Amino acid sequence: MSRLRLQAWLVGATVLVAFALQLMPLPPLAEPFKPYWLGLVVVYWAIEAPERMGLGRAFVLGLCGDLLIGELLGEQAMRLLVLAFIVLRFRARLRAFPLAQQALALLVLLLNDRVVTLMIRGFAGEAMPPATFWIAPVSGALAWPLLYLALDRARLYQRSAD
Amino acid sequence: MAIARDKAATLFAEGGASTLRLILYLAAAITLMVLDHRGHYLQGLRRAASVVVEPAYRLAGLPAQVARATRDAVATQHQLVDENRALREQLLLAQARLNRLDALLAQNERLKALLDAQHDLGLAVQFAHLVDVDLDPFRHRVVLDVGTGQGAMVGQPIIDAHGIMGQLVEVLPNTSVAMLITDPAHAIPVRVERTGLRAIAYGSGATDRLELRDIPRSADIKAGDKLLSSGLGGRFPAGFPVGTIDTVGPDANGLFLVASAHPAAALDRSGEVLLLQDQPQPYGPPATLAGAAAATATTSQGGP
Repeated sequence: MSRLRLQAWLVGATVLVAFALQLMPLPPLAEPFKPYWLGLVVVYWAIEAPERMGLGRAFVLGLCGDLLIGELLGEQAMRLLVLAFIVLRFRARLRAFPLAQQALALLVLLLNDRVVTLMIRGFAGEAMPPATFWIAPVSGALAWPLLYLALDRARLYQRSAD
Repeated sequence: MAIARDKAATLFAEGGASTLRLILYLAAAITLMVLDHRGHYLQGLRRAASVVVEPAYRLAGLPAQVARATRDAVATQHQLVDENRALREQLLLAQARLNRLDALLAQNERLKALLDAQHDLGLAVQFAHLVDVDLDPFRHRVVLDVGTGQGAMVGQPIIDAHGIMGQLVEVLPNTSVAMLITDPAHAIPVRVERTGLRAIAYGSGATDRLELRDIPRSADIKAGDKLLSSGLGGRFPAGFPVGTIDTVGPDANGLFLVASAHPAAALDRSGEVLLLQDQPQPYGPPATLAGAAAATATTSQGGP
């Protein structure tokens, strides 16, 4: 199998795992800490392989997410779109950042994602979420180095395989 | 590396992330959201895609199920004996209550015959398991393993051993999604058991709290009062425990009282639930109006 085909498989697999993690329940106390896995995976591929994660892909993935988890069709599509656009715009800089700085940038990105979510839900007439709503970006930023290293390792392994 | 070959992927080019494309996609997303907000197409779409959605839910619920099975398998005999004893005691208590209830039922039957009453308080229920899937921690939804194939319908109340849990808001062929009474978009008409005072219990967004707003200052309500469903509005049957009042205090204006209550049902612990089969009133508007008002019915599903 060619390297590109393998990479496509890897992208697909990570997206599926992200969906599964997103759906998987946590103990009630840990629930607010669950990172936005789908967002993290989209950011990773937008940084590392932008030809595999453009705006269109992010949009379609968001629609899939809405179909599975969402309440309003298009909510996650818009969130992922905003995430992917910002990352693709600042890709050169983000790639050069050391891991800690990347995590910090991710924190800002995920906070921005929360603001976007809040705006969408506000327009849809939903109630204000509790303060724990703002914990997930922090845990997402903390999970970023782990995800980055794991996926980098997977890609390295894949490259050495062919 | 493959990246360098691709024109869209060069480091400094706008490439795939041009502003024009962003605007187009954003417009598409906003259009979808507005359309869905008006017409509620997502539920229909999910039903159409249930072939994919349902296995995804089951698959994601699998680890929790395995964890529970493992816990059962490695539980020590000591624990099991303890649990068994506790359950036996509970059963005894429930049996004693039931016996008393039988006498009451007989009495009720006689009185009803005297009154020529038409209504029957018979309880037809259906057993359902929760599928351990987390849809959104800030929306209180649970997934059940029954669907249209098992006769589930939108609007059916769900209860556990302790009280009312919520109602079905979406039904797929073999899965359904229920909104819990603590969801911020949910409201249930209640009655204070002690005084008969009627109120509406709104979900607070926290799994252990309900909110009762706009209670007159002169109303007789205090901490410890039990709340029962009042049956008004026709969605929930009357007389099921809903919660217990924790605190009562004046609201922000000082014109009304607000009370906070904790739900009677074990919302965060229940693994099995009961679906009430007979709804006091069918879901939605009367059949003759159903076509005309189908859109408004879906928007008022969380209301009392």
